[in-house]
Amino acid sequence: MARLVVMGGGVAGHTTATFAKKWLGNDHEVVVVTPNSNWNWIPSNIWVGIGQMKKEDVVFPLAPVYAKAGIDYRQAKAVSIHPEGKEGSDKPFITIEYTGQGKEGQTEELEYDYLVNATGPKLNFDATPGLGDGNGQIGPHTVSVCTADHAVHANSELRRIFEKAKTEKQKILVGTGHGLCTCQGAAFEYIFNIEHEAKKAGVRDNLEIKWISNEAFLGDFGMGGLHMKVGGYVVSSKLFAESLYAERGVDWIIGAHVSKVEEGKLDYELLDGTTGTEEFDFAMLIPPFAGVGLKAYAKDGSDITDKLFAPNGFMKVDADYTPKPYEEWKASDWPRKYQNPDYSNIFAAGIAFAPPHIISKPAKSPNGTPINPTPPRTGMPSGIIGKAVAESVCSLIKDGENAHIHEISMAEMGAACVASAGKGIFDGQAAAMTVYPVVPDFEKYPGTGRDTDYTFGEIGLAGHWIKHILHYLFIYKAKLKPGWTLIPE
Amino acid sequence: MKVEEVNFGKNDKFNLTMIPGKFARFLRTCVLWQFIRFIVINIKMIIVVAKSH
Ligand SMILES: Cc1cc2nc3c(=O)[nH]c(=O)nc-3n(C[C@H](O)[C@H](O)[C@H](O)COP(=O)(O)OP(=O)(O)OC[C@H]3O[C@@H](n4cnc5c(N)ncnc54)[C@H](O)[C@@H]3O)c2cc1C
Repeated sequence: MARLVVMGGGVAGHTTATFAKKWLGNDHEVVVVTPNSNWNWIPSNIWVGIGQMKKEDVVFPLAPVYAKAGIDYRQAKAVSIHPEGKEGSDKPFITIEYTGQGKEGQTEELEYDYLVNATGPKLNFDATPGLGDGNGQIGPHTVSVCTADHAVHANSELRRIFEKAKTEKQKILVGTGHGLCTCQGAAFEYIFNIEHEAKKAGVRDNLEIKWISNEAFLGDFGMGGLHMKVGGYVVSSKLFAESLYAERGVDWIIGAHVSKVEEGKLDYELLDGTTGTEEFDFAMLIPPFAGVGLKAYAKDGSDITDKLFAPNGFMKVDADYTPKPYEEWKASDWPRKYQNPDYSNIFAAGIAFAPPHIISKPAKSPNGTPINPTPPRTGMPSGIIGKAVAESVCSLIKDGENAHIHEISMAEMGAACVASAGKGIFDGQAAAMTVYPVVPDFEKYPGTGRDTDYTFGEIGLAGHWIKHILHYLFIYKAKLKPGWTLIPE
Repeated sequence: MKVEEVNFGKNDKFNLTMIPGKFARFLRTCVLWQFIRFIVINIKMIIVVAKSH
């Protein structure tokens, strides 16, 4: 009997564990180690953050789902990986520290035959002075929508601002809280949902709503933007993004590295080297992401963390990490197997794998401050990679040496993204987009790097309907309800 | 005065963009048109999803 241990029960890890268990049956063990007791459909946190959904609408308890599936669930966080075992034993293991199940604080060694790292991002608030509290959590000056609890808090603060805006001017700032952030899409959704709600609440005229982000141009989204066919033209997402901001009266600051946050104000540096200060009454700033800080040790106990992980804490896989200039970046730099080059029984899926480089064009201010989005690994790629890794592990367990390792590259994979711009069955809107491929391939598609037959975007009510349906569909799938395997990632 | 044109004057950045007119904005929430777009977008997304698996 082989044991697969999956670290992380989010989008990628849950997909890996549930498919692996389905394919392996009771002949082999699947263990999920994750500190959270609930599964969270993170994209809908946006609607929690504007009070249009409750926390209970976007989370559900993992324990009964894993019990039904026959998955061994440990509510714990992984702390370290020991891929060569320890003195006296060659069996690889991880150490875990419980966060629930009545064993809080207890540590344990958990042996594995195959290990999947799907621990997602550490929300690195402390990278910007004042954005964090100094202890790894969000600071008191801004709000976030990255977790369901953050979103509940964001909504209560937002309601306070709406109340004040009935009688006085208020200023709202939304965007990224550091020069190296990703996830601009989430901030984009939040700012336009706020704008929509403000109109509904009759306080829009008293609100100044402003965007601040590290993108070199609006609509970059960490993917270097995208080009799409519209009205006989092929146009850049910059035009569409700017159009939406202007239409909704939302001013923007771009190419910005937020360098310091204080009560009611923040400092930033721009790509041209100039600096500025922006005041706010309410700010939602996405933090930069890093790996969750797992350590790795060799058999003799020596620290081999830098062998398994890149300096940003994400796990090294079969990507080409050779540093090279932007002009030499290739689609083939991106990983295909998500397998660690040194330990072939270790894989990484979702945000946890280290990308070879960013996707957007790298940029620095004259002071040397890097200001460019880091690459997004959104829900669809995370789910697809999670499933591919499950297939590879199952194949390794069943076929041993002759196993077929499943290959899928983000440079050959598309993504469907639906960015909400206001919730409402008849007055809601969302930008529905597909990008193919996620990582541009300029050799295959010279010019835009993408196939413009499959890269498109449009805004309207239909997008909102799709976003709403996806909310129910993905929660249904994650609960492993009948037919769950038929719903694509 | 056309409502959609007011924002062009709000700042220099807005002035250099394209802002949808009344008809384009109407289509965005016109249930009949959006139902058609719903079907079209779904088909396009299914193709991209199929190409990615
Ligand atoms: C507000 C917001 C809105 C978004 N909207 C969209 C959207 O509309 N569409 C889209 O495609 N994507 C969206 N995304 C991105 C999407 O949520 C991510 O791509 C996706 O969650 C990544 O999956 P993952 O499994 O890699 O990470 P996660 O889903 O974050 O899962 C990581 C898991 O690992 C666990 N973990 C952490 N540390 C440890 C440890 N030490 N040991 C074990 N487990 C650990 C965590 O608790 C978590 O359960 C959004 C993101 C945010 C923040």
